[in-house]
Formats: sequence, C-alpha cells, structure tokens
Amino acid sequence: MSNDVDNSLNDKEQVNPRRQFLGWSAAIAGLAIAPGVTLFDLAHGRPADEPASSKIRWGMLIDSTKCASGCDDCVSACGKENGFSGMSETDSQWIRKIELKDLRTGNSHSLPMMCQHCENPPCVDVCPTGASFKRADGIVLVDRHICIGCRYCMMACPYKARSFVHQEIENQNPDVPRGKGCVEACTLCVQRIDNDLQPACVEACSSKAMLFGDLNDPNSEISKRIATSATTQVRADLNLNVGIRYQGI
Amino acid sequence: MNFEAFRKIEERAFYALVAALGLVVLAGLGSAYYMETHGHVVTGMTNQIVWGLPHVFAVFLIVAASGVLNVASIGSVFGKPMYKARAPLSGLLAIAMLAGGLTVLMLDLGRPDRLIVAMTHFNFKSIFALNVIFYTGFFTIVAIYLWTMMERKMHGYSKYAGFAAFIWRLALTTATGSIFGFLVARQAYSSAVLAPMFIIMSFSYGLAVFIIVQSFMYAWNGMKIDPTILRRMKNLLATFVAAVFYFTLVYHMTNLYFAKEWAFERFILLEGGVFTTLFWVGQILIGTVLPLAILLHPVLGKKSRAVFLSALLIIAGAFSQLYVIIIGGQAFPLDIFPGMQQSSSFFDGVIHAYHPTLPEFLLGVSGVGIALLLTTIAVRVLHFIPQDDFRQISTEMMTD
Repeated sequence: MSNDVDNSLNDKEQVNPRRQFLGWSAAIAGLAIAPGVTLFDLAHGRPADEPASSKIRWGMLIDSTKCASGCDDCVSACGKENGFSGMSETDSQWIRKIELKDLRTGNSHSLPMMCQHCENPPCVDVCPTGASFKRADGIVLVDRHICIGCRYCMMACPYKARSFVHQEIENQNPDVPRGKGCVEACTLCVQRIDNDLQPACVEACSSKAMLFGDLNDPNSEISKRIATSATTQVRADLNLNVGIRYQGI
Repeated sequence: MNFEAFRKIEERAFYALVAALGLVVLAGLGSAYYMETHGHVVTGMTNQIVWGLPHVFAVFLIVAASGVLNVASIGSVFGKPMYKARAPLSGLLAIAMLAGGLTVLMLDLGRPDRLIVAMTHFNFKSIFALNVIFYTGFFTIVAIYLWTMMERKMHGYSKYAGFAAFIWRLALTTATGSIFGFLVARQAYSSAVLAPMFIIMSFSYGLAVFIIVQSFMYAWNGMKIDPTILRRMKNLLATFVAAVFYFTLVYHMTNLYFAKEWAFERFILLEGGVFTTLFWVGQILIGTVLPLAILLHPVLGKKSRAVFLSALLIIAGAFSQLYVIIIGGQAFPLDIFPGMQQSSSFFDGVIHAYHPTLPEFLLGVSGVGIALLLTTIAVRVLHFIPQDDFRQISTEMMTD
C-alpha cells in the first residue's frame, strides 16, 4: 500500500534517490511480512462470529492394534489440556484407557474410550433443558450455562463418557471453563479444532494410533481409511452413528 | 375426660407433630445447602452411581402421589360413594406427596439455583422435560378437582375434573416410568414394561399410604373405621400388591429369556449382595408375601391394625423395590463391549459400590417430612377427614 503511494508521488516529483530507497524498502518489507500475515490468518481458524458448518463432520479413527497397553499419553494430554486429574470415583475422566479381553479367544486389546460424538446422541435426547447439544459439525457438547446438573445424560450415555463435577475446581484452563454441579465430557478439544489444531489426545499419541479429520470430506485421510479398511462403531446395535471409529477390535 | 380437656391435649399434640415434622424438613434443607456448597462429593453418589438415595425417596413420593389419587378417582370416575368420601383427603395427599418428591429431586440437582432454567428451557424430546409439564399440570388439575369437591356450587363439575385428573395421573406415571424405560443402553432399564409397571406400583404404594394416613387420622380423632369399608380397601390393596408382583415377574422373565441379560439377572437375583437381599427379603418377602398373607387371611384381614401393618410392610417393600431398580440398575456395569472382559481407571466392568451418606438420607427423608407437614396442616385448617354416608354405602354393597 505504502509502495503505491510512493509511486504516485514519484510521478509528480523529481526522482529522489532517498525516497526511492525508502519506497523499495517498504515494498520488500511488505512482501516479507505478507506470508506471515496470511499464515496468521489461516492459523486463526474459523472466526468467532462464524457458526460451525454442517458440511464438516469431525471424527476420529482409533487403531487399537497400534495402541499400547499401559500407555496413557492421550489421557494425560487430555487432562493437561482440559484441566483435570485424579482417578477417584468422583473425579472427571473425559478419556480413559479400556483394557479388553475376548473371553472366548483370549485376544486382548487396549484402546482409549471417550464421548463417541454420536449423530443421534442419547444424552441430547434426554437432556431436559437442551444443555446437551450437538454442534453443526458433529461435536457433542454441554452448554454450561443451562446445565442444571440432573445427570440424566449420564444415565443415558451408552459409553459412560460423561462426568459430573463433584466439587469446586481450581486452576482451570480459561479456554475450557468447568463448573461444580454440571456435567461434562470430551469436547474433541473444540477450542483447538476451532483454531485449526488437532485434539490434544491425537497430538500426544506417540504411536499414531489416533487419526482425526472430517468424515464428510471423501478426500480426507480418515475418510479414505474408513472406506478401505474394516472399522467398528462401538455399540453399533444402538444405531447412533458415532463419530469415533475403531480399527482392530 | 371432658371435651375441653381433650381439645387442649389434642392441640398440644398437633403443635408437637408440626414441630417434629418441621425439624425433619429443616434437617433436609440444611443437608441440601451442605451438598450444594461442598458439591456432591459429600454424598455417596459418584460418576458410576449418579442417582442415589434422594432419587429413591423422590421417585417413591412422586409415584405414590399419583397412586394416592386413585382413591378419589374410584369415587368420582367410577361413582363409588365410599371412595367419594375419601376423595378430598386423597387429592390433598397427592399434592403434598408430589410437592415433597419434587423438592427432593430439585434440591439434589447439581445446580438447584438454576430451577428457573429448568422452567424456561424445554427440550420436548426429553421425557424429563415432559415430566416437568406433567408435574405442574398435576398440581393445577388436582387443585381444581379439590375445589370442585369442596365448593358446593362446583360439585357438578367434580366428575369431569376427577376424570381429567385420572387421565392426567396415568400419563404422569407413564412418563415417570419412561424416565427409566427410555434408557436404551442400560441392562436394567430400556424396557416398555417399566411404564405400566410404575402405574401399578403407584396404585399399590398410593393406597398403602392412604390407608396409613387414614388410620392415623381415625386414631387421632378416636374414631373407628367401618369394617365394610376396611374390607373393601384391604381387598383392593391385596389386588394391587399381587399386580405389582405380576409385573415384577414379567420384567424378570423377559430378561431371563434374553441371553444378553443373563449376567444382569444373575446379579439382581443371586449374586448382587445388598440388592439381592433387598429384592428377595425386602420386596418379595416383606413387601409382597407377608402383606398378602395378612390381607387375605380370614381373621387377620378383618383387623384394622393388621391392615395398617400390612400397609407399612408394603411401603418398606416399595423402598426396597425402588432401591433395587434405581441403584441396583446403575451398580451393574454397562456392557460397552459385549462378550469382552473390560477394565479401566473409570471402573468399567466392575460392580459399582454405593455408600449413602447422612446428608443425602436426610434430604430424602425431608421429602416425606414435607408431604406429612403439608397434610397435617391442611387437614387441620380444612375439613379433610372422610365422612361416610352409610345409607349410600349399604345401597352400594347391595347393588354390587
């Protein structure tokens, strides 16, 4: 912009080497900054005033054959990102590692379990106030402002994915407000997704067992993998069309 | 004793009763405040057992509230004068018990301060939200029904109001049963039979409560219940107890037919510790077999004390039954991966323990306190004691 101004001045006035130098410097500086500015804009993700789009359906594919028993990188990353710890009966656990053993074959698996972000979520159906809701891009969330803490969603969830905040919480992550007396669950790290980042658990998984992406985009890696390999929906009998898919169980 | 002396003693007894019940209510309110300020960590409820003792009390009161109204319905809708005389007391108990139950339910919320949110934000797909509408409607309809019964000018509308209340109460209990019936994922629930089962449970619990309160009122006033009326009521009670047993049988038989439910049935019926004991000893022996034996016994069944005792046993059985349904149903772990052994830090695959604490018990009991306090005061202020017209009743007996 400043370059244009300088050129218009040059047309009218006699060429001044000092001015010319300044003009070229401004142009080069502008060119140098431009990609950074563009990148900053891209990294900023969806603007706050733009609603989530139903063209996207966020989902995850978890390969249990790559998930090591005893590894809980995803669990600790989730706790760090969303501000919770502790594993007593009253502590929140948005994600947990489940160890499975097939009683007939003896085959064992280890996998992370969290909110499955159903297309037809029972928690949303039963919530009396509408605090449990599904965002247009498929993420199931709790509106902390209208949750009355009745815990009916916890009764309804087939995956035991929800937790109730049993006591006062300190040292919260400002991006992830939580409150005593309300129900909460995995948000797919919505605060990261909206900034074009991956959920904390996916990022932390050292064995690359977790793949995050848009289930609606046929060209996304997750869609390609689901199209070509056998994947499972947990409790598929309930016909909830979950957003979290598993491989290897 | 002269009348004046009796009146004085009676008045003192009334205030003593009101004070005692007031203390029970205060203890409950104090507990609720303690639970709200400290969080539910001070209760025995966890992320595994999310509904605890307060819900057992609340569901009992709500179910019994709709059931106790049956006495009025039999009078108004089915035109039986003997029950008509009991209709005002039945309507009053219905309102009082529902108020007690809802207070407990509301005070157990994680955010009871957001009651206004629950009253202004409705998700109409939620049976819980529909219940809020049914409960509020129940108060209104029963209040109108009481008005038509107590105001001479309105007597003509009593039958219609009674009919509306009867239909409404059936819908209300269907909705209460469906709170559990609509839980697709849990082995204990997810069954259409729960809705009619809750209706029949309400018939039985409600009539038992009515008989207890009525016996108490008669004793308080030095009156004796007519043997014919007692016989009618105890026969009806026995029928309801048998019907609850029938539905329990159907519920468990259906589950036993499905291989996927065997583990759950083994838990409740054989290996569930406190739940198995409460089922067999509490619900079946104390709540079903003993009262049936007393009520149907040719000699005992005619004694008002024995009928009173069996009503108490039925209430004990009711609490056992609801404890098994509500807590037992949650104690059995969710089968997220059928056919697999599951374990995790979140207590997957293990039986969940529940140890209720004093505050939640006091909160639950205060619901009963609220119901009884409201009833005691209303009975005193208004005229709710059943007044039988024996000429009508004897005509009724002859026509039956």
